[in-house]
Amino acid sequence: MTTLAIPRPVHPTGIWSWITTIDHKRIGVLYGVTAFLMFFSGGIEAFLIRVQLARPEQNLITPEIFNQLFTMHATTMIFLGVMPLSAAFFNFVVPLQIGARDVAFPRLNAFSYWTFLGGALLLKISWFTHSAPNGGWFGYSPLTGITYNLGHGIDVWIISLQVLGIASLAASFNFIVTILNMRAPGMGLMRMPLFTWMTMVTAILLVLAFPVITVALIELYFDRAFGMNFFNVAAGANPVLWQHLFWVFGHPEVYILILPAMGIVSEILPVFSKKPLFGYATVVLAGVIIAFMGWMVWSHHMFTVGLGPVANSVFTVTTMLIAVPTGIKVFNWMGTMWGGSISYKTPMLFAIAFVSMFIIGGISGVMHAVAASDAQQQDTYFIVAHIHYVLFGGAIFAILAGTYYWYPKLTGRMYDEKLGQWHFWLMFIGQNITFFPMHFTGMNGMPRRIYTYYGGMGWDFWNMVSTIGVLFLLVGFLIFIHNMARSWKKGETAGADPWDGRTLEWSIPSPPPEYNFAEIPNVQDRDDWWEEKQRRRELAPGAPVPVVAGGSDSDDAHDIHLPQPSYWPFFVSLGLFIGGMGLVYLINVSDAGLRTLNWVALTTTVIGVIIGMVSVYAWSFEPVNDPEPDGGHAAH
Amino acid sequence: MLNFHRRRKLLLGFLMLGALVALMLGCTPGDPQSTFDADGPVAQSQLNLFWIILGAGAVVFVAVQGALIYLLIKFRRRRDDDIPEQVEGNHTLEFAWTAGPTAIVLLVAIPTIFTIFDNQVSPEPGALTVDVIGHQWWFEFRYDHPDDPTKDVVFAGDLHIPVHEVINVNLDSVDVIHSFWIPKIAGKVDMVPNNDNTMWIQSDQTGTYYGQCAEFCGVQHANMRFKVIVHTREDFDAWLRAEATPPEESQDPLVAEGKKVFRSASAGCSGCHATDPVSNDGVAGREGPNLAHVASRTNLAGGMFDNRDESGNVNLSILQDNLRTWISDPESVKPGNTMASEGAAYIDPENALTEAELSAIVAYLSSLK
Repeated sequence: MTTLAIPRPVHPTGIWSWITTIDHKRIGVLYGVTAFLMFFSGGIEAFLIRVQLARPEQNLITPEIFNQLFTMHATTMIFLGVMPLSAAFFNFVVPLQIGARDVAFPRLNAFSYWTFLGGALLLKISWFTHSAPNGGWFGYSPLTGITYNLGHGIDVWIISLQVLGIASLAASFNFIVTILNMRAPGMGLMRMPLFTWMTMVTAILLVLAFPVITVALIELYFDRAFGMNFFNVAAGANPVLWQHLFWVFGHPEVYILILPAMGIVSEILPVFSKKPLFGYATVVLAGVIIAFMGWMVWSHHMFTVGLGPVANSVFTVTTMLIAVPTGIKVFNWMGTMWGGSISYKTPMLFAIAFVSMFIIGGISGVMHAVAASDAQQQDTYFIVAHIHYVLFGGAIFAILAGTYYWYPKLTGRMYDEKLGQWHFWLMFIGQNITFFPMHFTGMNGMPRRIYTYYGGMGWDFWNMVSTIGVLFLLVGFLIFIHNMARSWKKGETAGADPWDGRTLEWSIPSPPPEYNFAEIPNVQDRDDWWEEKQRRRELAPGAPVPVVAGGSDSDDAHDIHLPQPSYWPFFVSLGLFIGGMGLVYLINVSDAGLRTLNWVALTTTVIGVIIGMVSVYAWSFEPVNDPEPDGGHAAH
Repeated sequence: MLNFHRRRKLLLGFLMLGALVALMLGCTPGDPQSTFDADGPVAQSQLNLFWIILGAGAVVFVAVQGALIYLLIKFRRRRDDDIPEQVEGNHTLEFAWTAGPTAIVLLVAIPTIFTIFDNQVSPEPGALTVDVIGHQWWFEFRYDHPDDPTKDVVFAGDLHIPVHEVINVNLDSVDVIHSFWIPKIAGKVDMVPNNDNTMWIQSDQTGTYYGQCAEFCGVQHANMRFKVIVHTREDFDAWLRAEATPPEESQDPLVAEGKKVFRSASAGCSGCHATDPVSNDGVAGREGPNLAHVASRTNLAGGMFDNRDESGNVNLSILQDNLRTWISDPESVKPGNTMASEGAAYIDPENALTEAELSAIVAYLSSLK
């Protein structure tokens, strides 16, 4: 059936093995490593912002670069940091938790990663071409329109978000199908681990939210490139339209960032307390309700826009109510730990800190829900404090918790616990020193997104404190990188089930064999692996509990059919990257507003489209598995 | 494993830090843009709500974080082979922590909704109205002419208002979205082009207040400030009448020379800056700030220069120094500003102002009291 004369890739090791891999575990590693690098670059951007603001009236960074820095920092952290870090966990953990051998569409999964990388590079390369976007991560019209923003910075932002959106949508469909269809026999929806649940809810949110921003970005691009009038004030447009489109996407996006984190924490707290999750059904339901209500609160980002008292009142109430399911989760997590036997290993410390920091971010969140007093908080550092308590103390702490927690499963080796503890305390202290004072500077009248401020405003001291806090975070992060890199080869051997885990991933060897489960498990309970261990203890009291069920490296394993590697996902993504690069520079606009076509860019776009089309064609004619030489599957 | 004595000490440290922080918090009302020092009914209503929700939040914070710390100490692992009772949940408890927070937020919602309507709907629709217009990166203020309501009196940089009175504010922008914010008098409302936003403000104390743009509006968003000067009613009326009258012509030859340069095509100043304080009602002003009474303004260039001395009054020599610094090289003072990128004197080196021309312009502008 192979229609193209290019042979199937066979590269067990080396760079081509990574480029052609469709193994969900290796793709998870690719996502994780890339996203942590991006996260680090976003951290450097934040560090430069903090250095500039450490003291009043500093001129270390020009205003233009400052605006680019905060635009890139937020865009990076949201789209290239937290989202793909969550995707790394979806990839590595979900198939293992549901007892599957891979995701439903392994090649689509590879495509998601490479497309994400393409989108990330499109954005980050702009630093080197001096066309970094400068309109804020929210890209408000008309400031991002061609009249007020010549050059290609906004085009970079538009096109890279579009490419990243394609990656996210592909991954989301993949995980929805995987979770609904590939669960091991016996794993009903209400026996699914919490992280898998939250992955599914997040994926559904993504599928519904991304089309909205896609439409908005296309309109903005057409405005800029072709002089359409979607957001053209001079032609009578109302720029509030952009804000509605952006936040109808943007608020669900907030939950896209936090729900996977909540899923991770819901896995870790039970294991290190040796108790099941308190009120499993309630926690699942709370997650679903948060996702659902996430669509009814977008205008709380727009309380000062002038939507009128009725709209502001309605969105005040809906926003306050969303605190209820969030509170339920927090209380259930505490109920999980209550009466438990709590071990303070690094993953647990980060998970507990997540709960604690999230409470602070949650309270300040309810404070902004009060639309009338939010008029004093909107667009000040008070909001900056809030988002960093939920996204840094929240999402990132949970991601770090998950990284330590699943590290032994991924690598087969244990990280260094002592360094982990150092990392935790530096991050915890750094988080609070950096972000807590921003509550004060904000209430003291300091607006966001200003590159400088005058002395005598009462902002000097707390800004300096915030900047010092970043040093703790930086040192902590370097320790983390060192710990992860060194333990990969030199860490102690971890064993299959180092934490006395409760879910299926701990029932197979570490690192898992390529096929994950030699025998697909038959699930009988929620926390199936924990119950299985209890049953075995009862059958043979005093005997050591066997740690490896299901999987084994026996020769039988060679009979398992796994999808074969492929070149095509990579090349489709390459086509998207090249085509996107062309679209960024397609139209040049002069100071006088004259538009000219850039022929080099047009050619680049066409080349990208051709590469993409040919690769899609080749992909669709490539069977998942080549026919076997002996003529079929009968023998096994 | 952690040492719990050390943990407790650490906790104590955090609590002390918290107390210190609260102390610092108490000290901030004196700062120029502190929201803790409300001087009018709008800011006061917002501050009252803030205290209510902060109080509720503080109770939740102490209770939940306290319970968390308690359980972390009490239920720490003592023996590795301990297996605690496998509790799956408790419906009564879960119902309680669903109903409790719902009740709290709904209670807070009631005063919130009243305040939202109170702050939006002007109590006196017929009161003094000011049009505030946002420009990249400065504020323009327009009042009805005291004798002829079909005309506007135009000012920039300083908003003058009478004390103890409701002021209705119309908000607009000629370019991108800005946001109008006087922290001590009222929370912000955005200035959205094509959107006709309104708000009302009132100050209950005479004096000078700080305001700043709060919506990111481009490269010089940080330097888009203004001052609010609150007068007694008599002083305000006198100010508006003086403001509506064109400035007196000075007989100083340097001033006359400056006026000539100001109006010359090669300097290009008057293409954007009007020197007549009165304009037709509703007609957008010229691109730059109206300079009819520039020598009476407390600040220049969107708040980058303060023209006042220690007594709080505009000082002529400070003003002249500021004008000279600003006009001689606007790009280095405020990178990206429109005057530097569009003014004839700056875009063509042949038109660059000579030292003599600069002195003349400074003399002319500082005569416009």
